Amino acid sequence: MPDTSHTAAPSADSTTRASVHRAPTLAERILSHAAGREVRAGDLVIVPVDRCMSHDSITPEVIDALQNDLGNAGPADPDLLVVVMDHVAPAATVATANAQARVRRWVAEQRIQRFYDVGCGVCHQVMLEEHLVQPGQIALGTDSHATSYGAIGAFGTGVGTRDMALALASGRTWLRVPETLRVNVRGGFHPGVSPKDLSLFLCGLLGLDGADYMAVEFHGLDWLDLDGRETLASMTTELGAKVGLIPPSGVVLERFAVPDWLLVDDAGAPHYARTLDVDLTALESQVSVPPEVDHVRPARDLGDIKVDQVFIGTCTNGRLTDLHAAAAILARQHLAPGVRMLVIPASHNVLQAAVADGTLATLLAAGATIGTPGCGPCIGRHLGVIGAGEVCLSTANRNFRGRMGDPEGLIYLASPETAAASALTGVITDPATLPNREV
Amino acid sequence: MASIWLFGPNVDTDQIVPGRYAPYMTSEAELGKYPFIEARPEFRTQVRAGDVIVAGPNFGCGSSREYAPRALVAVGIAAIIAPSFARIFYRNALNLGLRLFVADLTLALSDREQAVLDLETPALIAHGETFALPKPPDWVRQTWAEGGIIGYYRRHGQLPLVESTAPTQENSR
Repeated sequence: MPDTSHTAAPSADSTTRASVHRAPTLAERILSHAAGREVRAGDLVIVPVDRCMSHDSITPEVIDALQNDLGNAGPADPDLLVVVMDHVAPAATVATANAQARVRRWVAEQRIQRFYDVGCGVCHQVMLEEHLVQPGQIALGTDSHATSYGAIGAFGTGVGTRDMALALASGRTWLRVPETLRVNVRGGFHPGVSPKDLSLFLCGLLGLDGADYMAVEFHGLDWLDLDGRETLASMTTELGAKVGLIPPSGVVLERFAVPDWLLVDDAGAPHYARTLDVDLTALESQVSVPPEVDHVRPARDLGDIKVDQVFIGTCTNGRLTDLHAAAAILARQHLAPGVRMLVIPASHNVLQAAVADGTLATLLAAGATIGTPGCGPCIGRHLGVIGAGEVCLSTANRNFRGRMGDPEGLIYLASPETAAASALTGVITDPATLPNREV
Repeated sequence: MASIWLFGPNVDTDQIVPGRYAPYMTSEAELGKYPFIEARPEFRTQVRAGDVIVAGPNFGCGSSREYAPRALVAVGIAAIIAPSFARIFYRNALNLGLRLFVADLTLALSDREQAVLDLETPALIAHGETFALPKPPDWVRQTWAEGGIIGYYRRHGQLPLVESTAPTQENSR
């Protein structure tokens, strides 16, 4: 078990407003910049929105709200909005095909340039790959995992239909400045252990509402690649967080323009509602056991749980690093009898890169099959939903009952490494226990 | 009289309306057929307009899908009372004019008990006892009165809340 000594227990009055004379947390820094005044946790702000993202599942509702309820044909500024077709991609039914056709017509009528059709990938991956959101910006998505944008130090957060419609009509939204839970990470991952294991460990430790309404701010990850940062930021949603922020460093400074005001001076002692220390060198592969994400146990303690389907993909773990990790374990090996394995790259770019560098050939040779870049079966609509009594080991982010198909199907969540190891053995397997392998 | 529908902790949005019953997959007109369709199948056939959901902490966790609270509005749920709500669900419910109250009544009430919801005081009265509910901030009440955030925005041309630097109430988040 990693050491998780609490260096600062939640104060009895953690909702008391921190003094504006105190240095801001990263969330307070971004919202102060957006609001044009110094704000701290507990304040209410109305801020301009830099970017809105809406996907195929919710865009029809947003169009209805704009047109029927607000009397607007479309967004006040078409450049504010990014539309991505990923939740049922390609269309699986006549209803979804008709809804998508309506979205395409609306996007053309409204001259929305930033439209990413079926096959481009999962919305959050497209947003980050295409630099549609920038460090320090406020970005709303009609999807809870819009927290992903915290990977580059953007204030990304999920909203529903009416919040999106109002943001598109007015260019603004309201937010309560969140308290911050700080996670100090020490050390590095053992082979076979990866950011998803840290995310699942935190879910097990803190629970599904461990950061409800809060910002989660990670430190000690200057060395981490962008893919891993996206996994960590997006998974803070499963703690209930409003935003999951990693201060821009390393690869983010190389690839993105980071404004000076965002660069954090750590010396000012911001007020954190809670601080956790996690030693990665003590972290082993974690698995979330259905039906709740925070039912987390070390993979090696689970016993023999036979898997029917292994799914590698989604905004959580469908990136090139994830496919590389799976391919390294499955190279020159074959899936266990009776196991089917779906690989759904998070984007068209990821798919192309995995073709170019041979990763896909390795996975196909091992017996995996490939799906259209997008959300895949994560939300239980198409492309690999499971039946009653079936077990799916998934790299996605939720295992609620019925999430991925029949309510009697069971969804276990794990890293791509654990998913690949389990595909090889046919039972949920800690990759560190594979014989004679460099993982 | 309202019927109390008692739920446990961490009722996630996949339980309220599974993703495959979204309006995108079916239609907006059908939404009222789907609340708790798999988690509690008797709900959609027995629920009556004015009924109240009483649940454990973190109600509405998971997805940002507004059609989850919208489905509860469609069947006429008058209020949801829970010790805490997941943040996106809270916003979505407020935006739709669905009354949420932060209080833990799960141990005080029993499932399908009859009760009277007094939205003015506010309070819930059941088996001869009165359970006080927290009074929401004015801007939340104004949003409710306009049937949600869009109704308020249309009438007033702005968002209901006043930007503040003061400590805010627990349920104004």
